[in-house]
Amino acid sequence: MLTRLLLHLLLLLVVAPLLPGIITRTKAVISGRQGAPLLQLYRDIWKLLRKGMVLSTTTTWVFRAGPVVGLAVPILAALLLPFGAIGAPLSFSGDLILFVYLFGLARFFTVLAAMDTGSSFEGMGAAREVTFSCLAEPTIFIAFIVLARISGSLSLDGMYGALLVSGHTLHGATGITLPLTAISLFIVLLAENSRIPFDDPNTHLELTMIHEVMVLDHSGPDFAFILYGSAMKLFVMGALVVNLLLPLASQNQPADVGLFIVAMVILAIAVGLVESAMARLRLIRIPQLLVGTSLLSLFALILLLR
Amino acid sequence: MDFQAIINGILLFVLLLNLFILGTSRLGTCIKMVSLQGALLALLPVLMHGTPYHALILSASALLLKGALIPWLLFRAIREVRIRREITPRIGFIATLLLGALTTAAAFIFSGQLPLLPEHQHSLIIPGSLATLCAGALLLITRSTAITQVLGYLMFENGIFIFGMLFIKAMPLMIEAGVLLDMLVAIFVMGIVMNHINREFSSINTEQLSQLKE
Repeated sequence: MLTRLLLHLLLLLVVAPLLPGIITRTKAVISGRQGAPLLQLYRDIWKLLRKGMVLSTTTTWVFRAGPVVGLAVPILAALLLPFGAIGAPLSFSGDLILFVYLFGLARFFTVLAAMDTGSSFEGMGAAREVTFSCLAEPTIFIAFIVLARISGSLSLDGMYGALLVSGHTLHGATGITLPLTAISLFIVLLAENSRIPFDDPNTHLELTMIHEVMVLDHSGPDFAFILYGSAMKLFVMGALVVNLLLPLASQNQPADVGLFIVAMVILAIAVGLVESAMARLRLIRIPQLLVGTSLLSLFALILLLR
Repeated sequence: MDFQAIINGILLFVLLLNLFILGTSRLGTCIKMVSLQGALLALLPVLMHGTPYHALILSASALLLKGALIPWLLFRAIREVRIRREITPRIGFIATLLLGALTTAAAFIFSGQLPLLPEHQHSLIIPGSLATLCAGALLLITRSTAITQVLGYLMFENGIFIFGMLFIKAMPLMIEAGVLLDMLVAIFVMGIVMNHINREFSSINTEQLSQLKE
């Protein structure tokens, strides 16, 4: 039990900052540049942790709480989720609701911290973040309902575990719902982690940013927490998709770990490819895409229920 | 019925295309998607009934008409009237999408209630056909440019085509061929009408046709 917990945390804490590095490198290679080193994010975090911090006099403790919650939540959520064939250390019936709302909690605090600065730009980013995430939430829940219906279990560990056992024996309507669900979850991953086509993580124009604009006033260790937290959020959300597409279990634990890491790297490359191939959507088109994604997962549910 | 999985896959893709078409505003994309839908559906007769000449002719003519000729005509039409987008739908795109999802769900529920033959019980043909019919009707009702209405009409025909797959053994080739020909003529006429509307009003918004003037 304890070793499982440690393995889980180790995997999350060590591998997570690698993913944004891979995404950036993929984009650099595609556009013919050399790009930043793969381990750049580790260095950034280390550098920021040693720096001082500037706090605006208008802010209160809420401003400090945002990054801390943002760091704690992905770690907690990761405990509920199996990583490939590595079972979740913590699991109970109905933990999928806790999983989704843990991220809701993190968002709530990020938004509050953004509003706490009193900057109108950050308020605008907060408004966008809240709007888009409330459109993305139905998709996650419908996808989870689909999985719960297939597996007959209400815990994340049970849902993905059942896929693991049945593996490729899924056929007919059930087999076809899985790709649909995986696509929906992948789009939610892009939306929730503010990647292109929803938000450009590289832009530094306040008027178009969503997530980046909310954290403009954070500096030093607080900003390191935010970077680390969002890398881990990407890792956890990525695991949602990877678990679905890779229902493979060898009986050998190191092999499972290796397989999972390779799958996550492939996912990061896929995100990088999407970002190289697409432009950011206009803001008014984003709700349309998110509603379409909800409908896609709803469609999977309809197919499953008939 | 060896190709059941492929047929269901095609129908599934057609259903997704329905939703996509309802949600997009670019006319070029719309035309491409509707003709892709038609071309995919043209494979159904051969997949379902093997290769008697009856099914072959039907497949080939449908593929030629819906996959090549009609999109070519439509592209020519939008080039001539120089429009690219549906600007003012009567109901917004998100609302149409939601309505489309609702009608799809309703089609599945309704076809679950129908007393079908046991071999059609689990196929996607009936729900797919009803959902495509509804999506076509939605497109006809909610859009205001003549070209999207033509596309709605085409989707409507696609729905009927799927439904006809169930009766292909009972239905003479002549009827299906007649339907295809009718459609082609209708698209022709719509193209000409569109040109005329455009010349009269310098837009192909059909809402202007409700105003009388000397």
